[in-house]
Amino acid sequence: MLDAFTLILIANGLLVGMMYALIALGFVLVYKATEAFNFAQGEFVMTGGFIAAAAATVLPFWVATLLAIAGLVAFCFGLERLVLRPLLGRPIIAVIMATIGVASLLRGVVVLLFGSGTRALTMPVQQTPIFLGPIMLPPIDIVGAVVSLVFFGIFSWMFLHTRMGLAMRAVADNQQIASAMGIDVRRYFAIAWALTGVVSALGGVIWGALLGVDNQLAVVGLKVFPVVILGGFESVAGAIVGGLVVGVVESLSSGYVDPLVGGGTKDFMPYVLMIAVLMVRPYGIFGKAPVQRV
Amino acid sequence: MIFREAGTFKTSYAADMALYPLPVSRWALAGIFAVLLLVLPLLASPYALTVCDLILVAVVGAIGLNILTGFAGQISIGQGGFMAVGAYTAAKLATVWSMPFWLAIPAGGLMTALVGVFVGIPSLRIKGLYLAIATLAAQFIIEWVINHVTWISGGIQATIQMPPPRVFGVPIQSQLQFYFFLLGFAVLATVAAKNFARSRLGRACVAVRDQDIAAEIIGIDIFRTKLIAFAISSFIVGVAGALYSYYLGIANYEQFGLDVSVDYLAMIIIGGMGSVNGSILGAAFITLLPVVTRRGLAAIGPIFAGGFDIDGVPEVRLCLFGGLIILFLVAEPEGLDRLWRNVRTYFRTWPFSY
Repeated sequence: MLDAFTLILIANGLLVGMMYALIALGFVLVYKATEAFNFAQGEFVMTGGFIAAAAATVLPFWVATLLAIAGLVAFCFGLERLVLRPLLGRPIIAVIMATIGVASLLRGVVVLLFGSGTRALTMPVQQTPIFLGPIMLPPIDIVGAVVSLVFFGIFSWMFLHTRMGLAMRAVADNQQIASAMGIDVRRYFAIAWALTGVVSALGGVIWGALLGVDNQLAVVGLKVFPVVILGGFESVAGAIVGGLVVGVVESLSSGYVDPLVGGGTKDFMPYVLMIAVLMVRPYGIFGKAPVQRV
Repeated sequence: MIFREAGTFKTSYAADMALYPLPVSRWALAGIFAVLLLVLPLLASPYALTVCDLILVAVVGAIGLNILTGFAGQISIGQGGFMAVGAYTAAKLATVWSMPFWLAIPAGGLMTALVGVFVGIPSLRIKGLYLAIATLAAQFIIEWVINHVTWISGGIQATIQMPPPRVFGVPIQSQLQFYFFLLGFAVLATVAAKNFARSRLGRACVAVRDQDIAAEIIGIDIFRTKLIAFAISSFIVGVAGALYSYYLGIANYEQFGLDVSVDYLAMIIIGGMGSVNGSILGAAFITLLPVVTRRGLAAIGPIFAGGFDIDGVPEVRLCLFGGLIILFLVAEPEGLDRLWRNVRTYFRTWPFSY
């Protein structure tokens, strides 16, 4: 049977994994709709955290969160219009590099605007950990995991049951046919980016509350790649599964492998796992192999 | 290159692929060499020479990356890690077996080529974005291994002191000596890449990049071509890493982080993907960017009330860096090389342009 130590590691891994999944969701939304690969996801999260932390010094926490969401949504609209729309139909590397450029721009601008010091962002929840039998769970992690679950619920419902969701699925499936059916493809590209803004801002608030807000917050974005690759780039369910797997693998490797080799395996174990999965299933667990025409 | 080629109409493939399309191109090249070998070292201040040395290292690295990403179309975000492999291999050989540089540097390149081929193996099954992320994984894994395997890194700081390279018994130490030392390697890399680009293999790489299935149908072994591209590119990148650590006097994994990978990608984007001249222009551009930023801020600083906060320099550099990448991608996706060719095309029939 599993001992208490393992159970704690797994439980914490699952909670952290749900929070990774939330950020990965932002990534998947954009990739699904626009086939753009967003390397600036971590910087979006960081920007959301900074806006919220700066606003929270004068405003209540919830208002600050809303401000962060509004700020990022506005930014994403602008980004889509000015940078990504001109790059439609260009090779993958153009879009990758554009988002790397955006990432670097954000890292510069945010620090120039808000300063490089670490800001605290306190969530109005209790600080004492919650005990579930032998398992100790930090409340912020629980809030984060619950928020992710709620948003996954909302997005799944939206994709399946609203007209907007239907249109987004159509755009994701085939842009040309969707536009022939009278769907304004560009509008849904903008909407996809805006939704990413919402998710990233929430991610920024949660991760900011967890780690403190500074430019290191963007590093969370690097965790997204193993998550989305494990799940498959275009799969919302894959984002959850990938997130949970990465969370647990990280947690277990920091608990068991780190003492053996001297630390730091947490950061690259998910990547090792990812390469192993890629060799077996080149398009992730839930991803679809693209049909290519010459 | 720097000459007008009005009125030349190529009638054979050999003429089209020639390195020197006109006699004047030899003269132009000789002129460039004269400037690089005589004028620049005489006129440049020690600080300017330092910048030149850094540019020369970056030229070698950018050419290496451009072979993989620009010619063969395999996006690599593991540049920093590959450079680190070359650097540590050379450092290890130079210190433990006190190998001379002309053995240690190629050995660093070979080791990197081995690692590069290993990283390239997944390209059999995965491509595009997935492969890009696999190279990102390589970056993290290499960094971690160097940092944690004490046999490689030689202790907790993961830093190895390098002896200066000796050419005919003369230790290369001053900036000027390093300038000539590095210039030799940069020229070698340039000539090698120019010839690679017009070889059968180079053209096969371009075919795989442009349309891999079509390339396979006309008889190119895709997997083999990709792996060779990984090997050649990694070799040059490893040499660049070894050169950089010789230049710094230490091999340190912190010099080869993810930001290095991004810098080099920016070099080939801004310079021009799939262009050797572009790699050189991009390497110079990105290396000069922080220098110009610092000078520029110092110059415009007094305009602002209370002066300019000098601590903001890295951030301003990041902003400029990101902004320029985006600008080039949106406005001139083929980079500086294309801008230069546009200028040349304009002057081709100048002043009778109609």
